[in-house]
Amino acid sequence: MSATTMKLERREVVRELMKDRGDLVVIAGLGSPGYDLFAAGDHHGNFYLWGAMGGAAMIGLGLAFAQRNRPVLVLTGDGEQLMGLGSLATVAAQKPENLSIVVLDNGHYAETGMQKSHTGLGIDLHRMAEAAGFKAREVVAMQEVAALRREIAQATGGPRFATIRISAEDTPRALSERDGVFQKTRFRTYLGIAMP
Amino acid sequence: MNVEAKPPAEGILAGPDSAPAPWQRDVFDVLKAAKVRQMSFVPDAGHSRLIAMFEADPEVRTTVLSTEEEGVALAAGAWLGGERSVLLMQSSGVGNCINMLSLMETCRFPFLTLVTMRGEWAEFNPWQVPMSRATAPVFEAIGVKVMRVEHADDAAETVEAAAALAFEGEQRLAVLFSQRMLGRKKWVAK
Repeated sequence: MSATTMKLERREVVRELMKDRGDLVVIAGLGSPGYDLFAAGDHHGNFYLWGAMGGAAMIGLGLAFAQRNRPVLVLTGDGEQLMGLGSLATVAAQKPENLSIVVLDNGHYAETGMQKSHTGLGIDLHRMAEAAGFKAREVVAMQEVAALRREIAQATGGPRFATIRISAEDTPRALSERDGVFQKTRFRTYLGIAMP
Repeated sequence: MNVEAKPPAEGILAGPDSAPAPWQRDVFDVLKAAKVRQMSFVPDAGHSRLIAMFEADPEVRTTVLSTEEEGVALAAGAWLGGERSVLLMQSSGVGNCINMLSLMETCRFPFLTLVTMRGEWAEFNPWQVPMSRATAPVFEAIGVKVMRVEHADDAAETVEAAAALAFEGEQRLAVLFSQRMLGRKKWVAK
């Protein structure tokens, strides 16, 4: 089996990405990426979306503008990013150096019955991102995930984009906090932001 | 056929190369005083002077959007990071935002948008009319409070009140600028 057919296991990938995270703050797209992030260890610098499909990259952009010295990661799925394809152009045009977008790409809509997504039908998201102006690549092996981890921990050198080819196996859910107001307050408190 | 939209050369909207009307300058000043540090927009002729003033301001990060709901999500991220954001759009873009506005209510994010109305007054383009009619009802249905500005003299005060309610009261606000106030869109054949 070649490296590209031996797809990575999503929980292992996200655990690796979150190792020694330092100042990194993370926006997780709805569904499985949020479960993966939570399963890797809850953190006050995590914000888990339970809706707002297609908006994760733009939330990351607004956050990256407001926190320029801090690395920001948008961790999302292929379906979520496909709904916000235009935001790849919007983000790339702004060139936020401290923003990385990592798409856990299993080629399917895992939350709704494993229907094939566009990436499962042959569309390459990282090439679309590259065309928009991201430093973009596809990751297929764990040692590349470790290299990516060191890059996303930097607040300079972006915007970066990576798809990570993961297997479409069913993974048990790991449910984070769903209360958006609580999450927002926890996140802002972690960043030391005073109440308005 | 090359037809290009040009804002009215006189009246309440100044021409593209001239200074903003006084009310537009006042709206800009009010938003700066409210500490708005991010502005996102899908272009509209009625907002063109406000957009230009923001783009000329080094304190404010401006972002051109590919679709309006991106600006809603951007505002959420800005607030998470401790900054205030405003979204400029025209009424035809409001429908694009609806699901993303769930994010703002669910997390009680402040939200402020200024909307130039099309399709409600001396509108020549029938394609603008349905969304114009739907603008206020869909905002209200998704939990955004609507304020309307009918007269230029009220613009700054209304935006100031909306900004305070949004950023200090943590509410979601849309200020609609009436098409009658903005003036009839003029079309110039090249």
